[in-house]
Amino acid sequence: MIVIEKLEKSFNGRPVLTGLDLTIKDGESLVVIGRSGCGKSVLLKHVIGLMRPDSGHVYINGDDLTAMGEKELNQLRTRFGMVFQGAALFDSLSVGENVALPLREHKDLSEDEIKARVREKLKLVELEGVEDARPSSLSGGMKKRVGLARAIAMDPEFVLYDEPTTGLDPIMADAINSLIRNLQQRLSITSVAVTHDMTSAYRIGDRIAMLHGGKIIYHGTPEQVRNCEDPVVCQFITGSASGPITQS
Amino acid sequence: MNANHAMIGAHTIGQRVLEGIEQVGSVSLFFMRVLRAVPGFWRKGHLLFEQMVAIGVESIPLVLVTSIFTGGVAAVQAAYQFQDYVPMRYLGSVIGKSVVIELGPVLTALVVAGRVGASIAAELGTMRVTEQIDALETIGISPIRFLAVPRLLAGMIMLPLITVFSDFLAIGGAYVVALLSLDVATNTFMEGLRLFFHLRDVFGGLVKSLFFGVVITMMGCYFGFNAEGGAEGVGRATTRAVVASCLLILILDYMLASLLFRVIFV
Ligand SMILES: Nc1ncnc2c1ncn2[C@@H]1O[C@H](COP(=O)(O)OP(=O)(O)OP(=O)(O)O)[C@@H](O)[C@H]1O
Ligand SMILES: [Mg+2]
Repeated sequence: MIVIEKLEKSFNGRPVLTGLDLTIKDGESLVVIGRSGCGKSVLLKHVIGLMRPDSGHVYINGDDLTAMGEKELNQLRTRFGMVFQGAALFDSLSVGENVALPLREHKDLSEDEIKARVREKLKLVELEGVEDARPSSLSGGMKKRVGLARAIAMDPEFVLYDEPTTGLDPIMADAINSLIRNLQQRLSITSVAVTHDMTSAYRIGDRIAMLHGGKIIYHGTPEQVRNCEDPVVCQFITGSASGPITQS
Repeated sequence: MNANHAMIGAHTIGQRVLEGIEQVGSVSLFFMRVLRAVPGFWRKGHLLFEQMVAIGVESIPLVLVTSIFTGGVAAVQAAYQFQDYVPMRYLGSVIGKSVVIELGPVLTALVVAGRVGASIAAELGTMRVTEQIDALETIGISPIRFLAVPRLLAGMIMLPLITVFSDFLAIGGAYVVALLSLDVATNTFMEGLRLFFHLRDVFGGLVKSLFFGVVITMMGCYFGFNAEGGAEGVGRATTRAVVASCLLILILDYMLASLLFRVIFV
């Protein structure tokens, strides 16, 4: 379980998160929606300890992540996977080595076992036989999927997705959505995705939370969100240019 | 200029000085973090090897050309200054000393700073702005240990090695020029070279180059790690890394020379 308590973060005096509270239950798939620049990526980076909050806490199964040293944090992170907005593949390594890197670092596996694991994970994301390719030679969608394979290489308990479908064509986006859904259900992974793509949010979320003004202003099931009366949420999900979000 | 302008000017200068001090502080902190990560590095031999190739072996062509011509120029200039006052048998001595103590280490360092410092800053800066460094952290790998430590160690090993190489080439270049265009016989040149030769001079030069190796790789890593804001930010990081390395090399050269040749070796 991930519990986020009163998280505050500002950059150069400009507040981005202002006392954010959020709880993510085990095995659940939570989607955080919000406008571009509202702090979704910043929120995810706090959950995995890439950023330190100005104040507030993040508890992972009861342990306060914000109080951990580098060693503990690195240990904890082996239970996490993160898919970055821009894939963030290591371009000095081949695709196969990208996926193998966490295994080489943390697991005592033979070369054959590593190869098998890498092939299995790449197969899960429907990429086979690309082990030796360079990341720079892949399309955006393929990079995203390799990023996903790398994130699940260690069989993590938690996977964080930063805009898994932005910049992909609708068919590829749908393939990624069902992949995320499958992984979560088959491997009982707790997943947190942030996105501003509502199609994707409805597809992969058990629960959807809306981030606005540095706080979670609403959360509910996809059904509840669809029928939501909250004017801010309404404006966002219908994508209208006039409404409370753009007035303030 | 009125008082108001002066105030603004003073304020700007004050701010710059403060920023400078802050920068020195954060570079030192960064360096300490890298040093602390060195002991856990033994498992990563292949990373070190890769960096030794990138920093050392691939610098050889550049160092080769620079050294030969520097040696040649040194011979021509020394001969010109000797004119009829100093006998040519001292040419070898002057060349030997100046190359081993000063020209070899410093010129090699400056040339390598331009090549290696820039490429480290550009590579790590790109990794930073494309979130590859964040990605390393999320898979539980310390970027300091994985990226900075191998570069630091490779710099400390390779800089002295290519400096030795550069010393030989520069003296060789001087010898060829002396022989072909200054009418100095082989015997005369070699005699001079041997005359005031001290091994400790070579050693002093190599100690300097070891520190230059630290400076070049650490500036590249520091500015690369702290790059922000896309391609422009990477460009800025690269420039800063090279400028900072070159300045520090020259400043450190003075300090080490004072320490080595006026305190330790006397
Ligand atoms: N390292 C940083 N330094 C300074 N400001 C930052 C930093 N990271 C994020 N910000 C600021 O925080 C705000 C939120 O950024 P964030 O990347 O979280 O937005 P986002 O919701 O993920 O947007 P998008 O949907 O476009 O990815 C932005 O205004 C950004 O300028
Ligand atoms: Mg984002």
